[in-house]
Amino acid sequence: MTLSTPTRSPAAPPTGTALLDFRDVAMQFPNGTIALSGVDLTVERGEFVTVVGPSGCGKSTLLRIASGLEKASAGTASVATSRIGYVFQDATLLPWRDVESNVELLAELNGRSKKDRAAKAADAIELVGLTGFEKHLPKQLSGGMRMRTSLARSLTLDPELFLFDEPFGALDEITRERLNDELIRLFAEQQFGGLFITHSVSEAVYLSTKVVVMSGRPGRIVDVFEVPFDMPRDPDVRYTGEFAELVGKVSHALREGHS
Amino acid sequence: MSTVAKELPTTGSPTLQVRRPGRGTKGTALLVGPPIAFLALILALWYLVSALLGRLSFLLPAPHRIFTEGFFDARVAGDIGNAIVQTLLVSLAGLAVAIVIGVVWAVAMSQARAIERTLYPYAVILQCIPILALVPLIGFWFGQEFFARMIVSVLIALFPMVSNTLFGLQGVERSQRELFKLQGASRWTVLTKLQLPAALPAMFAGMRISAGLAVVGAIVGDFFFRRGTPGIGSLISNYTARLQGPQLFAAILAAALLGVAIFALFGWLTKAAVGKWYEPATN
Ligand SMILES: Nc1ncnc2c1ncn2[C@@H]1O[C@H](COP(=O)(O)OP(=O)(O)OP(=O)(O)O)[C@@H](O)[C@H]1O
Ligand SMILES: [Mg+2]
Repeated sequence: MTLSTPTRSPAAPPTGTALLDFRDVAMQFPNGTIALSGVDLTVERGEFVTVVGPSGCGKSTLLRIASGLEKASAGTASVATSRIGYVFQDATLLPWRDVESNVELLAELNGRSKKDRAAKAADAIELVGLTGFEKHLPKQLSGGMRMRTSLARSLTLDPELFLFDEPFGALDEITRERLNDELIRLFAEQQFGGLFITHSVSEAVYLSTKVVVMSGRPGRIVDVFEVPFDMPRDPDVRYTGEFAELVGKVSHALREGHS
Repeated sequence: MSTVAKELPTTGSPTLQVRRPGRGTKGTALLVGPPIAFLALILALWYLVSALLGRLSFLLPAPHRIFTEGFFDARVAGDIGNAIVQTLLVSLAGLAVAIVIGVVWAVAMSQARAIERTLYPYAVILQCIPILALVPLIGFWFGQEFFARMIVSVLIALFPMVSNTLFGLQGVERSQRELFKLQGASRWTVLTKLQLPAALPAMFAGMRISAGLAVVGAIVGDFFFRRGTPGIGSLISNYTARLQGPQLFAAILAAALLGVAIFALFGWLTKAAVGKWYEPATN
């Protein structure tokens, strides 16, 4: 493992303003599977953290603990906000609801008034660029549009902490890049704390302010890279030498952690 | 389903046109032609056998006699019409009760593993026991009229409703459940806003099967219970007993049409209720 990379963050103590603060978090499932061990991770407001790691290393488990769907079996996992957006790998739209009412769902479950949630939904739909598709049913949408709908749905919560579990994994390259840019725009506008899981190293580097590399199961954090490029990111940064170099370093760390 | 003809990719010779049956006039001819030809063949054989039977032709009356002595005879037509209405009422009542009991049963089982473990065996038993063996008992308890026939119809139609609804309620994707869980949604909210709508296609599939079975149940009830307004089953046994071949065939044909009509009705209902949004997985 290379610890000498200049961009690697020192194991700085959390400043206390962290939205998400994991200390020595471990996860053992009742069946004995150990999915995570000794994970220290913080996400601050205005930080976009991406996690890369081999399949099955516990990345989804990490998000599930952060969201409260699962309880860590050891360590402390504190989350400083209740406004958590969670974007699943598939869009998880309700097929009998049109775009508008899918986007309204979470506000509806939270007991917001009809007028309130309609306004929220309209804003969110506009933010993700789906204006004009309000009355479309999920089956009439492309994969990318479904994902946008799912994003819009989470946006109605005004999340302070935004969790993404490989949201664009099933999309084609072009759609994925476009959605990456939209996500960056949303991030720049809303300044939430982001925790994003992906299999794609270049997506990780492009999106985030910090890339966390995990080892194979049980998942441990083997490396952390600060990403120096400006936010909101210039799409052309992807074609620079520095970008390629960082992608190389992350890939390298990923390969080492894997073996 | 789309009625727009799909352009098939033409590989190689551009003059090679691949056509699928069922599209265009020629396609329609291809689609309905063979069954009609087959029907003609059957009718021809029918006439032949009927002629050969001679004096015994009441066993298989020539097809036209089903109409001349059956449907076109005012009294026979009236009897058949009344009987069909009666059977339809019994079936619909039986189906309605089966739907209510089936959905309640399945919802109860979907709420807790313990309830499912307690109640599911009975659903299986209901499916396994020959209902016909119970029919005399039903008459013994509930009399010989509408109510008893409806019970038979319910018993025969119930299982597909229970199993399909349960399958639908439990088939909700984990991530969709979690989406609700993350917002702290109550059981009731999850049931009404997620599980029941998600289960609708399966429920309608169950309803379609149950509807057909409810008709079977009503006719079976007719055979056993002979008081009150006769249903089509009673009429069928009467015509059989009196060796009234053409009338018997007319009554059977009417019962068959009732079955087809109910099946088609539920097909249509399914489309109207969930066709707009439902996307079968085998796409
Ligand atoms: N409820 C559970 N009970 C037992 N084992 C589980 C459970 N959930 C997950 N696991 C196991 O924990 C490990 C980590 O799972 P997790 O879904 O977090 O991996 P992941 O990194 O998200 O993988 P992928 O990249 O394939 O999505 C896997 O080996 C998985 O089989
Ligand atoms: Mg995962």
